[in-house]
Parts: sequence; C-alpha cells; structure tokens
Amino acid sequence: MSWRRRTLPDPNGAELAARLRDRDRTAVAPALNLVDDRRPNAREQARILLEALEAPGVQDKAVRIGLTGAPGAGKSTLLDAMVRRARNRGESVGLVAVDPSSRHSGGALLGDRIRVRSGAADPGVFFRSMAARDRLGGLAEGARAGVLILGVAFDQILVETVGVGQSEGEIADLVDTLVFVAQPGAGDLMQSMKAGVLELPDIIAVNKSDMGPIAERTASELEAGIGLGVGDRKGWKRPVLRISAQEGHGLDGLEAAIAEHRGWLADSGELERRRRRGRDRAIEESLTLRYGSFGVEALGGRVRLTACLADAPNEPGARLLARLSDQIELALRSGTSESTP
Amino acid sequence: MAAVPSSVLESPDRPWVFRTYSGHSSAEASNELYRQNLAKGQTGLSVAFDLPTQTGYDSDHPLARGEVGKVGVPVGHIGDMETLFREIPLGQMNTSMTINATAAWLLSLYVAAAERQGVGAGDLSGTTQNDIVKEYLSRGTHVFPPEPSLRLISDMIAYTVDEIPRWNPINICSYHLQEAGATPVQEIAYSFANAIAVLDAVRDRDDVPADALPKVFGRISFFLNAGIRFVEEICKGRAMTELWEELGRERYGVTEDKLLRFRYGVQVNSLGLTEAQPENNVIRIVLEALGVTFSKRARCRALQLPAWNEALGLPRPWDQQWSLRIQQILAYETDLLEYPDLLDGSHVVEARVGELKIAAKEELQRVLDLGGAIAAVENGYMKQRLVESQSGRLQAIESGEQIVVGMNAYRETEPSPLTEGGGGSILTVDASAEQEQIDRLNAFRSQRNSSDAEAALKGLRDALANGDNVMPPSIRCAHAGVTTGEWSDALRAIFGEYRAPTGVVAREAGMADEATDKVRARVRAAGDRLGRPLKILVGKPGLDGHSNGAEQIAVRARDVGMEVVYEGIRLTPAEIVQSAADEGVHVIGLSILSGSHAVLVVDVLDTLRESGTEIPVIVGGIIPEDDARKLEEAGVKRIYTPKDFDLTRIMDEIVDVVEEAHPA
Repeated sequence: MSWRRRTLPDPNGAELAARLRDRDRTAVAPALNLVDDRRPNAREQARILLEALEAPGVQDKAVRIGLTGAPGAGKSTLLDAMVRRARNRGESVGLVAVDPSSRHSGGALLGDRIRVRSGAADPGVFFRSMAARDRLGGLAEGARAGVLILGVAFDQILVETVGVGQSEGEIADLVDTLVFVAQPGAGDLMQSMKAGVLELPDIIAVNKSDMGPIAERTASELEAGIGLGVGDRKGWKRPVLRISAQEGHGLDGLEAAIAEHRGWLADSGELERRRRRGRDRAIEESLTLRYGSFGVEALGGRVRLTACLADAPNEPGARLLARLSDQIELALRSGTSESTP
Repeated sequence: MAAVPSSVLESPDRPWVFRTYSGHSSAEASNELYRQNLAKGQTGLSVAFDLPTQTGYDSDHPLARGEVGKVGVPVGHIGDMETLFREIPLGQMNTSMTINATAAWLLSLYVAAAERQGVGAGDLSGTTQNDIVKEYLSRGTHVFPPEPSLRLISDMIAYTVDEIPRWNPINICSYHLQEAGATPVQEIAYSFANAIAVLDAVRDRDDVPADALPKVFGRISFFLNAGIRFVEEICKGRAMTELWEELGRERYGVTEDKLLRFRYGVQVNSLGLTEAQPENNVIRIVLEALGVTFSKRARCRALQLPAWNEALGLPRPWDQQWSLRIQQILAYETDLLEYPDLLDGSHVVEARVGELKIAAKEELQRVLDLGGAIAAVENGYMKQRLVESQSGRLQAIESGEQIVVGMNAYRETEPSPLTEGGGGSILTVDASAEQEQIDRLNAFRSQRNSSDAEAALKGLRDALANGDNVMPPSIRCAHAGVTTGEWSDALRAIFGEYRAPTGVVAREAGMADEATDKVRARVRAAGDRLGRPLKILVGKPGLDGHSNGAEQIAVRARDVGMEVVYEGIRLTPAEIVQSAADEGVHVIGLSILSGSHAVLVVDVLDTLRESGTEIPVIVGGIIPEDDARKLEEAGVKRIYTPKDFDLTRIMDEIVDVVEEAHPA
C-alpha cells in the first residue's frame, strides 16, 4: 500500500533504444529523463541511446513541425487543434514545448500544456515541457535529443517555442518545417521583420484571421515583406496563410502546405541537408557549452571544427560529439593545440 | 410628538437583505436548511450549487465524481429545483444564485419551478451571478469561450429586462478578484472593465433598442468583497458609487438618477479568515460587515457573511446562524440605520476616494487600451497582475510585515473550547449523498417523457444555431425534464470549451532573503545529485476552479529554482498521472478546496500505483484534521492547510519529499 521503494535499475541506453524502436510508449519518458541527466554514467548511456536512434533509417518516419511566434499569437490553440486533427486521422503525436528559464532563480514555469487539452489522458499523445535552462529564450540542449526520441516513437512531432531571441534559428534546425504564427496587428511584426526572424520560417500562418481587416492587413504586409525578398530561397515559395486556430478555419490549407513543403524537402535533397545542419549546430553548441571557446580553440578553432563535421556527413551526432569531446579533452590535458590544419 | 432632530433621519433606513450562502448534499436537505434560515430571520436566499451543476455535468458524469453535493446543492433538473423551493413562495422571495457558465439554465429551471408554483416570471426577484470574466480570472467554473459566454449573458439581460424586470441578470463580481489578490484599485478597474464589456455587448444587439439601454444599465448590479482594512473598503464603495454614475452618464447616456445608482451585494472576505485561532474570525467578520454598511451613500443592498470556521471545513447551521446574528445586531440593535451618511464632509475620506478613483481610472484605461476585459483575459494581462498582487500579499504575511493575529503574530493561545474534541466543529457531508443523488437522477430520467425532452433539446439547438435568445427554449427544456448535463452538452457541442490563461507567467519577485537563498541552494544541490533540475507538477483534480493557491505554489516553486509544470484546473486523476509520468517530474502537488479530496486524492494515488509510476504526492487545501490523517495513511507525503502560510518552508519540505523518495 505504501510508497515502498523499488531499486530502479540504472537506465540502459541500448535497451531504451530497442524499446523505442518498438514504439514502446513507456520507454519515452525514461529516455527523455536519461538524455537530460548530467551524471557521467547517464551521459554515457545517453550517448548509446542517441547513437542508436541516429542510425540510418531510424529517423525517417516522423514528420517534424515547429511552431514559433510571439506570446499571445495563439500557438497553443493551434497546437491543440493540430493534435486533435492528427488524432482523428489516427496518427500519434509527440510534443515538445520550450519555455524560458528565469535568469534569477534558474527555475521555470512550464504552463503551456494547460492550453493543449487534446489527449491529456490519451496514450497516443505525449507532451514534454522543457525549460530553456541557462540560455534565455533559446532552446534547451535537450530539445534536439527530445525530437530524436519522440521521432522514433510517434508519427508527428510538434515543437513549440516562444518566438524571441535566437530560438527560431535553433528550432529551424530541429524541425523539417517551421511555421511562424503571426498575430494580427503590426507592432511586433515590423519588429520581427527587422530582426530578420522571418527569414527562417517555411510557412507563415496569420492566426485569428476572423478579426477581419487587421488580420488581412497583417497578411498583406507579410506577403509584401516576402515579396520584397525577405529570404526567398531555393525554389520554395513561402506561403502566407490565413487561419483561425480557435474557429478551425484554414487548417486544411495549413496541413496541405506542410505536406507540400515536406514533399519539396524530400525531392530537393534539402531534408537531408537540413537534418545534417541540425546535427552540426547541436554539436557546435554542446562543445561550446562544455568546453567554452577555449576548448574549441584547443581542437583547432571553428574552421577545423567545421571541417571535422563536413568530413563525417553520415556519422551519428552523438558519436561524433563524443569523438570530438575526446579530442578536445586530450588536447586540453596535453596542453597542446592541434592548430595546424 | 416632538420634532425630530435634524441630524437623524425621519425614519430609519430599511436594512439590507440578510442572506447566507448555503446549500449542500441534496435539494431536500438544502430546502430544509433554507426554511430554518428564513425562520431565524434571514430575509433572502443565497443558493450555493455544487460544482457539477456549476460546470454543467450530471451527477453521474465521471468528472462529477467526489464533487456531488460538496460545495453546494446538486440541481440536475426541474424536479430538484422544485424540491429546493418546496414551501417557499417564490413570488415573495429574493433569491441570489451563485451560478455563472450555466446561469441561463438555472434561471430557466427557477422560472419553470415558479410557474409550477403558479408564480409568473414577472413576479420573481433575485440575482444570477452570471459573471464569466471573473470565472476566467479567479473562480474557474467557466465552460464556454469568451464570445459565446458573453452572448449567453447578453441574452439573459435582453430577456429579463422585459420578462423579469425585478431580476438582476448579472452581478459583476469584484469579490473574487480580491480573493485572487486584487488591490482595491484593481478590483475597481477590472470589475468596471468587465461591466463595460457586458454593456457594450448588449448595446450592440439588434434586439435591444437604443432607448432601452438606460434600463439595462439600471439592472446591472455588483458583488463586492470587503476585507479587514475596513476604512479603505468604505472608501472603495464610495469611489465605485461615484465612478459608476460617471460611467452611466458619460458612456451610456443614462440620465435618470434611479438608474445610475450603484447597487451591490456583498460577501465579506474569506481570504483573510484564519485556521489558527479561528474564533478571531468573528471579530474580523463584524468589522468587514461594518465596512460595507457604515456609509449610507455606499451601503450594500444585500449582505452574506461567512462563518467563523470556513478555513477549517464546511460550516454547520449553528455557525451560519452566528453570522446571521451579526447582521441582525448591526441592523436592529445599533443605531447605524438612523443617520444620514456619516462620512459626508470628511476631508480624509474624500481624499482617499479621490485617490482610488484616479488610480482605478488609469488602470481601467490600460485594460480598455488592450482591447477591453475579454482581450485582457485572453492575453493574460489581468490574471498576471492579480497573481503578482497575491504574491506580494503572501510575502508580506510571510515576512511579518503584514500582521495576521494568531497566524504570524500572537500565536500563543489557550485551548479553544470551540474547536476542542476535534472533528466536531465542522459539517461533514454524508458520503452516501452522491450515490443517492445519482439514484434520484436515474429515477427522474426513467420517468420523464424522453421524446418531449429530445424535442425540447432540438428546439434549443436550433435556437442557438439561428442566434435566437437562449432563454425561451431553455425554459421549455426545463419543463420537458432536460437535465443539467444535457443542456450543457448541447451548448458545448456548439460553442466548444475554453481554458483560460493562468497568469503563472507572472513576473518574478526576486526574493533575496536568507531563507529563500537557503532553499534555492538546496533545490540546486538536489538537482545536481539527481542529475537534472527538480521538476514539479502542480494541478487541481476535480471541478474546483479556485486556482489562486495552486498558482502561488507554482510561482514560488519557480522562484526557488524548480522547473514547474503548471497543469491548471479540472483534471481527472488519469490526466494527472499521465502528465506527471510524461513530464518526468520528481513530485506532484495537488490542490483541492471543494472538500472532494478524500475521493480524488486517493484516486490519483491508486492510478499512480496501477501505472507503476512512483512519484511522491503532496496536497494542499481545506482539509480537516481527520481527513489529513487518512490521506497520510493512503500515502500522501505532506498536507498543507490554510494555516501553512510560510511558502518558503513548504518549498523546503518539497525538497525533503524528493530526497526521501531518492535516498543517496
């Protein structure tokens, strides 16, 4: 009857990976906890887990979609609607929502799942909230690992961040399709355009389009902004869609656009490039976090790092990270720098 | 007969309406209580509905489990409503119903029950609370999104203004804003923003002619709170009286004095009532009652007083009687009602009123600039400000800056004869009440003509789809034996459901005291030892929407460095357990104020066990000692009640709980 403690076995990366590949839902939370765990033994098991999940073909199934936008734009409402629709189609959904950490206390309030009620007790939906930790407004280091884990166990992955600072850049590398949720009213929009964050999204959705003229003006401004060449690239013409997440308007169109973009990614070879870029960014970030720029210098500097990454296009990120970490540690211990290319 | 001295009124004022907020277990038991209360000199009724009724569920719905008959009376259909008012002549009664999301339905049942007593709607008087904005902000029994909710409210106003002319279709509540932490300025500003949203919505209707608007304005009444700072409360009442008149004249073109009067009822503050030395609450209640009756110019129209032991559990009839006697002594024994306004001409009062008015107008303008009350709900503005005010208030109590006698000061006490013997000083609802209510509901369903009920529901759906007023088809549904759950489901299907922003993104207080720093260091150390930062889930199982306490726990946990998954209100045990497991939290914090803890907490523990999830659970709420013992036996790690005001200590103990669950 009481809370008697069982001795839990140490999490085993290989075993968790196997269970995830069998789509065992009960392996998802322990896997996420493991990659978040900073103790040395856990680090090693996490590497084994992620390496297995990055093996060729393992990550091919899930569709990864990112949602970003200013607070109040209606991201959570849209998330809720998208989950409901995916479930109606019989697809399972994994969600990651990232909220900022407090600079002062290090704590965080992760309040978003409150507005995403679809599937609150539905095993076909998995929701993990993450704190951005020491990097304000940015994505948690664990978000990429989270996407890899959920991407094995669920059909559709949705990643949500508050669109401030550098988070769009990071989320853009994690997902296949990035949707920017714009809210009617121009104020923050001009700000976004100035900050250049509109260069990243693949699809722009103007929410609350039932607000009429204000929404229409916002959409037109965005279309004009894109028309003026704010980052048109490589044959993908970024659509500006009018939706209302609350009323359910325009969501068919949004899903069609996401599917179309995904098709374009696959056909153009951009999907592979994008995922590799995501891997590289995450490795650079982790190395910098662990060893600082001094450590990267010890490896031979940015140029050398970039070359190392380019030399191993198909190596799983976790293994590559471990290899480069070993090199840095060796260099730091021996006090020499392999700065000659 | 000697001439009356000029300082005294020619004849004393009539007292305000005396009410007691009550109802429990069943319509039968509540009817008996009402008739007893009326016999004791109560002059109006104030109906407390249970949470399933307030949120539109039949007693046998899974979400109703543990909540039936707990915080009020279950009313599932016309039969319950008739029983509730048996032998109470509705044509002579003044009835206040604390009902919001489902207000149109409960008013329909009331009208139908009156018709069966032979009383026409035109002869009814009373109030439906019907204020959805404060449900989003504080009380949490909302069901529908803002837009359809506003439509239901304006339907009721448009209907009652002609058909039930003595009915107050809405009580704009600043009451719950104060409970949520509002300062007097916020109370005034947010409740007025709310009133403006409602009045604008009515103004924009096609079926309300422009010349009817002053009459509508005259039917809007308020429901205020009165705290222990009673001088300021008097000033607040006067400020609202003046501001309301200005609003009527300036925004809605009302000219008739009678229609410009600020009319309000009051329940005095429950927030400040203490669990420690609860007998002191009687003194608090008296002073608070004085705050809303002292100034004739701003005197309440109706008053209900809480009972001295509300922080302990449900009050008994005797406890409520004591509070009624306070009103009677104030009205009948003192000379309060013999004088004109006692504060007219006071420079001090005038100055304070002026300050409140200026500050409230500024804050009101801020809300209007954001797009009005509904927009300021949806973007979380008002809620965040309230959570911040509440945090400030609790910190002041914790630090001792704000004295609460018996709680954070003067704690030495003789044993209280009032609470001696344990368990006996509160009312316990019979555990069989829920099943009996379900049995009665099933009997009612099997006896009604189901094709009549179905036809009436179809009429309701058609009316809603056509944009017709919800009241006439709802009254037909009431007569046809439709149930509360059926009526609400019909609306849910069309309007959808809504979850309001929580406000727990409130700005950080940045506390830097020694105790907080110590806890912060412990939180960090425990996180280091466990490999990742401490993560806690905070949520409310069941239908109780009073989220102020849970929000404060969430905010403070963030402030000491925890990662907090705030799960919000109206959760099933299954949802809580899945969330906790998926989120990988180290501890679960549950908050329950509705008295349904015995069932719901045990359900959460059972579900955790069944799913093989080992996460420690702590619980906060109004939990009598006997129940607390039982919950601890069932596996709850810590239990917090209103006497535990020291949030820093609670945070420290949460670290203990996590460490106990993960021994080195």
